[in-house]
Amino acid sequence: MRTVFWKGIIAAALLVVGSLANSAEPIKIGSFLTVTGPASFLGDPELKTLQMYVEDMNAKGGIKGHKLEFIHYDTGGKAQDAVSFVKRLIQNDKVDIIVGGTTSGDTLAVIPEVEKAGIPLISLAGGIEIIEPVKKWVFKVAHTDRMAAAKIFEDLRKRNLTKVALITGDGGFDKSGREQVLKLAPQYGITIVADESYGNKDTDMTTQLTKIRGADAQAIINFGFGQAPAIVTKNIKQLGITLPLYQSHGVASKIFIELAGDAGEGVRLPAAALVVAEQLPDTDPQKPVLLAYKKQYEAKYGPVSTFGGHAYDGFHIAVAAIQRAGSATDKAKVRDEIEKTTGFIGTAGVFNMSPEDHMGLNLDAFKMVEIRNGAWKIIE
Amino acid sequence: MFDQLFQFLVTGITVGSIYALVGLGFALIYNASDVVNFAQGEFVMLGAMTAIALLAAGLPLPLAAIAATLITILVGLLLERFAIEPALGASVVTTIIITIGAAIFLRGVAMLLWGKDFHSLPAFSGDVPIRIGEATLLPQSLWVLGVTVALVALVRFFFSRTLVGKALLACSFNRTAAQLVGINVRMMLRLAYGLSAGLGALAGILVAPITFSSYEAGVMLGLKGFSAAIVGGIGNPMGAVAGGLLLGVLESLGAGLISSGYKDAIAFLFVLMVLFFEPTGLFGHKIAERV
Repeated sequence: MRTVFWKGIIAAALLVVGSLANSAEPIKIGSFLTVTGPASFLGDPELKTLQMYVEDMNAKGGIKGHKLEFIHYDTGGKAQDAVSFVKRLIQNDKVDIIVGGTTSGDTLAVIPEVEKAGIPLISLAGGIEIIEPVKKWVFKVAHTDRMAAAKIFEDLRKRNLTKVALITGDGGFDKSGREQVLKLAPQYGITIVADESYGNKDTDMTTQLTKIRGADAQAIINFGFGQAPAIVTKNIKQLGITLPLYQSHGVASKIFIELAGDAGEGVRLPAAALVVAEQLPDTDPQKPVLLAYKKQYEAKYGPVSTFGGHAYDGFHIAVAAIQRAGSATDKAKVRDEIEKTTGFIGTAGVFNMSPEDHMGLNLDAFKMVEIRNGAWKIIE
Repeated sequence: MFDQLFQFLVTGITVGSIYALVGLGFALIYNASDVVNFAQGEFVMLGAMTAIALLAAGLPLPLAAIAATLITILVGLLLERFAIEPALGASVVTTIIITIGAAIFLRGVAMLLWGKDFHSLPAFSGDVPIRIGEATLLPQSLWVLGVTVALVALVRFFFSRTLVGKALLACSFNRTAAQLVGINVRMMLRLAYGLSAGLGALAGILVAPITFSSYEAGVMLGLKGFSAAIVGGIGNPMGAVAGGLLLGVLESLGAGLISSGYKDAIAFLFVLMVLFFEPTGLFGHKIAERV
């Protein structure tokens, strides 16, 4: 009899403890990024940014008393790994929301999983296919390659240049960018007179550029990231080609300027406002957001990149949606709140999402910049 | 059209000489132990990255280059002493797998030390392109070409004219016999790793201004250098150079005349054809296996 009594007490105590723990149950934010491998320079600042803001948020007491728990897996840029990590996030870790997918390949691979499980996913990758056609649970915060192509074409139109030579790498980003350039060109009355490619680890592109020199182009567009665009830029100088060169937002970092050296002077590219934050007019609503992020990140890790900025946007959109939804447990409600994100000022631009647009950025989010004296300069 | 063709050739030779220089490093260790050292690319990367780091630390370029080469030689010696030597009696395949492991290890250490970004080294004698008719090439490419020629001559001289070089070769032909005639096999192996690490480092420092460098740069350079070495006949330094130049020119002509998308396919098809018809490479030793 007595043992039954004590057992009852213990059971009751356990129940109380259990329910207490329940009331302060952490909100689980899952993430899968490419922190190692060829796209590590994208995923690395993203992870650091997410970790920084989770810490920050927890120091402030979390969201409505709930601490944040951050669970991250490194995909190494392998889509199969991304799928198994996302399954683990959903089934074992039971996360409430997923912020991540550094590359379009990783993100596209996991979409069926999150759609099936009904977990909101905010991707940090660029590919337009992620949100087109619209998928119920999938959102993205990074500029698309189509926006970059459109921005370049607008600038070409201003300069009355209509014949363009295209040179791209063999990576996913490069190929997707190439497709968008080819697709959009007719709309802007632009003809692509040369379409060359190179391997992303090649050491010399003068052969392809010699062919471009032989074509009758008025400007060159190079879509790519990593060291290859810097080699293209140097090779153009080496061959004495004086045509205006446009790069993509993939190289909007200080490292590109360093690698390209003198050859980089005059190169134009569409970039997120983050790289030129100081040059924005004080009236720009983005300026304080950008400078605050930059200051916080640089105090801890060193130079910011636009890619880390995407993680800032993804994290804060997720947090705001959870706050509006009241809790993270009702995933459908959180999803609806993400979709209602309007006027959110992030590092990539001002987000106005809708049921038809799960990104919510317009062309103003890009600034056309030019390299002058080894620094970015806004030219519009 | 002729102008274009000329530029394609110049580009091919430039790229090819980079492959050749890296391929040369494979020959030494292969000659000493019949082992293909898959960490050769990492020696190339280490040379370049160490030079870049030392330059950033304030050392003048020539001094940084020499110091980086010496540091890489030290790494090569340590690798031999602590990874290869303990497995001295093991089969060639085991040793090759050890070198793959060493390559992954070195890459990891480089990533931790220098991060994941690309770095560049300033060109030795400026960036003003040299014009030859309508074609152009960078002064740095001449450095690569010149040093390749000099190193090939040196390596050739070493193997055919010096006692140490001949002793090294003897080790690869028959280790037991070499030991019996009084050659210190362990010493020879250390020498081979040290020298090829030095060769790799030199290659890395020379090509860094053209190709840039990062912790992963050794993978691609190592692979292309290895292709160059097997096309030419591994173990033959002249072969590595010929193989490298052939590959480079083929890639360039393939990209220029056919399509840049098929560039690598054309080069690899060539490698396959060579291995199919001449399994020991174009200039390899014909080995008669005794049964």
